[in-house]
Amino acid sequence: MKLGELVRQAGLEVLALPDGGAEIYNGYTSDLLSDVMGHCPENSILITVQNHKNTVAVSTLAGVQAILVVHNRSIPDEMLALANREKVALLRTTFDQFTISCRIGALLGASSF
Amino acid sequence: MSDLPKSYVSEPRLNGEGTEQPAEPLVLIEMIQRLKVRDVMTSKLVTVVRASPLREVQSLMKAKRISGVPVEEGGRFLGLVTINDILRALEGGYIDETCQKHMSTKLVVLEDDMPLSFALRYFENYHYGRFPVINREQKLVGIICQRDINRALLLELANELNRLESEWVLSKATAQPYNLYVLREFPVSKYDFENAGKAANKIKQILQEKKFPPKIIRRIAVAAYELEINLCVHSDGGSLSWQISNGRVEIIATDSGPGIFDLEWACKDGNSTANEWIRSFGFGAGMGLVNVKRVADEFEIESTVDVGTRVKAVIYIDAKLKDEI
Repeated sequence: MKLGELVRQAGLEVLALPDGGAEIYNGYTSDLLSDVMGHCPENSILITVQNHKNTVAVSTLAGVQAILVVHNRSIPDEMLALANREKVALLRTTFDQFTISCRIGALLGASSF
Repeated sequence: MSDLPKSYVSEPRLNGEGTEQPAEPLVLIEMIQRLKVRDVMTSKLVTVVRASPLREVQSLMKAKRISGVPVEEGGRFLGLVTINDILRALEGGYIDETCQKHMSTKLVVLEDDMPLSFALRYFENYHYGRFPVINREQKLVGIICQRDINRALLLELANELNRLESEWVLSKATAQPYNLYVLREFPVSKYDFENAGKAANKIKQILQEKKFPPKIIRRIAVAAYELEINLCVHSDGGSLSWQISNGRVEIIATDSGPGIFDLEWACKDGNSTANEWIRSFGFGAGMGLVNVKRVADEFEIESTVDVGTRVKAVIYIDAKLKDEI
C-alpha cells in the first residue's frame, strides 16, 4: 500500500512525509531499537513510543520508510529535523500501540501472517 | 610510541566527520622507528684536527655550506666546532687561534644503530642543529642534522607512495567489483548519544555512493551501529573503526574498559547490564551483540575486566569470498 494512502485510511497525523508514494509492505511494532534493527522487515512502518532521533537513525539503517509515534507523544525538533534530512516519514497517532497496529495490520492485509 | 617527541606522535587521526584520510601518521611513525640513524646521517665527513685554526674552519663552513665541523684525529672524535663558536671567535677576536682551545667538547652524540625516532627526540630536547654520530667502537662515523632527516623522510615517503601506487594498479588489474580501500576510525565517548551512530552512518553513506547491494549495506550498518552504541552505552570510551578492502568490510570496536565479566552471558539474547536511563532511549535490550553476530560472516570478541574489550565483525561484500570459506 502506498504510504500516503495508509496515512489517509488510518487517520495518521503527518509531521514529515517526504514520499507519499513509497510502498509499505509491512509494519513492525517495537520500542527496542536493537529489536528493530534485528528483525524489522524493509519497507515497513515502525510503530513505536520512542520519540527521539535515535529512532530515525535506526530506521534509516533498517530500511524503515515511516515512523509512527503513538499516544500523541511530543516530537522533539531534532527528531523531526533528522527525519526530514534522512527522508523518513514521521507520523503520529493518539491511539496506543496495540490498537493502531491492529488497524494498520488490517489495512496492509496482514500479509505477513 | 610514548617516547616520541610530541610533534611526531599521531594527532588524533580520528575525527568524527572523517575527512578522507588513510592512517598516514602511522606510516610516518613506523618509518621513524624502522629507519636507523645511519640510514639518514651524512657519512661523507668534513673534519679538522685540533691544531686547525678557527679561520680554516670558517672557510670550510662557507665552502661546504655546513654549520658544524667535527674535530677528529686518528678516528677519535674529540670535539665539534659550530657556527656559534665561529661567531663568538669573530666577536672575541680569536678567530686565528686553534680549534683545540675553543671547540665544544661537552657533546651529545647519537649512535648509528639508534632508530631515527631517537634522533628526533634529541633534536626536540637539546635544540642543537646537529649531532655527531658514533658507532659501537666510539668512532665518529657521521653527522646528522634536521635537513638530513627531512630528506630521508621525503625519500622514504616517496618510496612508500610508489609502493602503494603499484599495489593499487595491481588491484585494479585484478579488478574485483568491490575492491575499494577505505579505512576510518571514529572515537566514541561514553553516553554521547548525540554523536553515536555517526560512524555507522558514514559507512552506510559511502557504500550507498558506491552502489553496494542494499542488503549488504544494511548488514554492515547494523553491525557498525550496534557496536557503536555498545561503546557509547557500556564502555568508558573507545573507538570504532572500519575498513573496506578486498571485498570485505571489517568493523572493529575497541575500548579501554571496563571489560565484560562474562562474555558468554553478554552474547546471549536479552542479557544486558544497561540501566533504566539507557533503556529509556530504546537501547540496552540485550540484543546488540546478538545482532552483530547474526549479520556478520566472521565475529570475534575478547575482553578483559578492567582492561577493555575488542569486538571484530567481518562482512563479505563479495559473495565469492563466502564460498571460499
